Amino acid sequence: MSLLFGVVLCISAAFGLSLGSSRNSFQEMIRSVMGKETADPMISAIIWKIRLPRVLMAALVGAALALGGLVFQALLRNPLAEPYILGISGGSAIGAILGILMGLSRFPGVGLLAFLGSLSTLAMILLMASGKGMLKKDSLLLSGVMINAFCGAVIMFLVSITQDARLHNIIFWLMGDLSLADLHQVGILAALLIPCFALLFWLSHTMNLLLMGKEMAQSMGVNIVAATVYLLSITSFIVSVTVSHCGLLGFVGLVMPHLLRMLLGSDHRILVPACILGGGTYMILCDLLARSLPGQGEIPVGVITALFGAPLFIFLLLKSKT
Amino acid sequence: MSTALSISNLTHSYGNRITLEDLSFSVRKGEFFIIIGPNGSGKTTLMKVSAGIEKYQKGRIDIFDKSDRRYSRKELARVVAYVPQTFPVDFPFTVKEVVMMGRSPHLGMLGFERDHDQKITEAAMTFTQIDGLAERKMDRISGGERQRAIIARAICQEPRIILLDEPTASLDLAHQIRIMDLMERLKEEKGVTIVMVSHDVNLAALYADTLLILKEGLSVGMGPPREVLTFENLEKAYGCILLVDQSPLGALPRITPVPRKFIRVSREKKQPQANR
Repeated sequence: MSLLFGVVLCISAAFGLSLGSSRNSFQEMIRSVMGKETADPMISAIIWKIRLPRVLMAALVGAALALGGLVFQALLRNPLAEPYILGISGGSAIGAILGILMGLSRFPGVGLLAFLGSLSTLAMILLMASGKGMLKKDSLLLSGVMINAFCGAVIMFLVSITQDARLHNIIFWLMGDLSLADLHQVGILAALLIPCFALLFWLSHTMNLLLMGKEMAQSMGVNIVAATVYLLSITSFIVSVTVSHCGLLGFVGLVMPHLLRMLLGSDHRILVPACILGGGTYMILCDLLARSLPGQGEIPVGVITALFGAPLFIFLLLKSKT
Repeated sequence: MSTALSISNLTHSYGNRITLEDLSFSVRKGEFFIIIGPNGSGKTTLMKVSAGIEKYQKGRIDIFDKSDRRYSRKELARVVAYVPQTFPVDFPFTVKEVVMMGRSPHLGMLGFERDHDQKITEAAMTFTQIDGLAERKMDRISGGERQRAIIARAICQEPRIILLDEPTASLDLAHQIRIMDLMERLKEEKGVTIVMVSHDVNLAALYADTLLILKEGLSVGMGPPREVLTFENLEKAYGCILLVDQSPLGALPRITPVPRKFIRVSREKKQPQANR
């Protein structure tokens, strides 16, 4: 099964490399990747300097966001939980914008502020939802929605008091953008995210046990407090890393885990690797769509993910009510 | 005889509300021990505290003559299994996945099971007669089947003590007997010590080796059902009128609650109606 997912990821990566606004053939892409001379050196440059970082970035970010959704859903035992919907992405976006306005570099300055932002929204949500120590489904979603709306307002405020050239940057980045990817950035992202992926895989059986309820998990030997702290901080970290590099990419964490759970069941030892491969594939395809749709310039990929994700969210919400 | 679970001077409270007060008792190895008492008497808290899920303020708990504080969480899970009153099924695992989770205290962090664990899982499912349901989802089976799956999971932990919190609540009569028989077989065939909270006094009388009656965190009486289930003890615990006579099954007490209309009738007619 995982082999299948790996193959799908590779195929979509190949498509991501070979399709784009300047047309060139699949063979030329292969030649270029293999290190052979292509007919036109421009094509080689486009593939290596523009498309490859972009595809890699999309794969990493998609994997991170899908995992983020998976962990939140397991931890809060709510299939609708997702970093974007709960406002955690919004919180790290506020941190990141403040960083940009303060003129900090993207790494580590902006990233650190984004991490702080995501941690503080997480803390707020948990406080609001845990009236009597219980994380109820609806109260959790509701407080998340409120925090998300609040974060939106703060972001708009920050954007509207920004007058100079940074404005365009911020807005485009906010909508979720992969077009600025370069190999150096991909390297940083990979170094930050891949260890987190490994940690989450290591914790995947614990996530299974947590889904049986706090009491049963404890009676089967899980240290609830430690497991919750690890999972929440790792997830907030990967969400803030993706937000500070690529802006707000909504609903990826909802679409992929849900789809994969329908296909593969609830075992997180399978779901974690599947989300890494599946989330990556999904993001590559969304990005591919974003840059090949006709129009002036490109559509930010965040727009595409939200266009697919939001209707699915509504569908799931309606289904869960019946 | 050796002691499986020993509770000494245990006091537990939620904030100002005292749930268990200076409670002491011990459970012998290999016995069927049932705790009864009215709602809010501290039964569930006692189960959680014994399972190491809930912290207590005063006293001590020894499990096989070793203080519970000297067990790591994983070590404790290999000795004590717990079947809670309610559990979520909103992320539907298959029955087999749930049963196999019971192996986790015996596995490494990633928890990949070996052949040995597979065998234990299958044996536990056969024992609880759910082997035909292995691939079914937990939310697609009946309440009784679900309860047996959760019990099979506890059996997979290969515990020496199983703590069960009202496992027969909300089950029909056939399933109640089935679960109780299952626990009795577990006791007899594998020597597991069973500690159970029950809301059903009659069922408790039929199965328990030792009964503990709790009221407001205090012990009202403890001993074999025949000695403890007197109407004095029961009325003290439950605060209502109860008749105690002998069960048609043998020398075991049978408890009949008395509805108000029968009490009124007997007063008006000035005739004893106890035989009704």
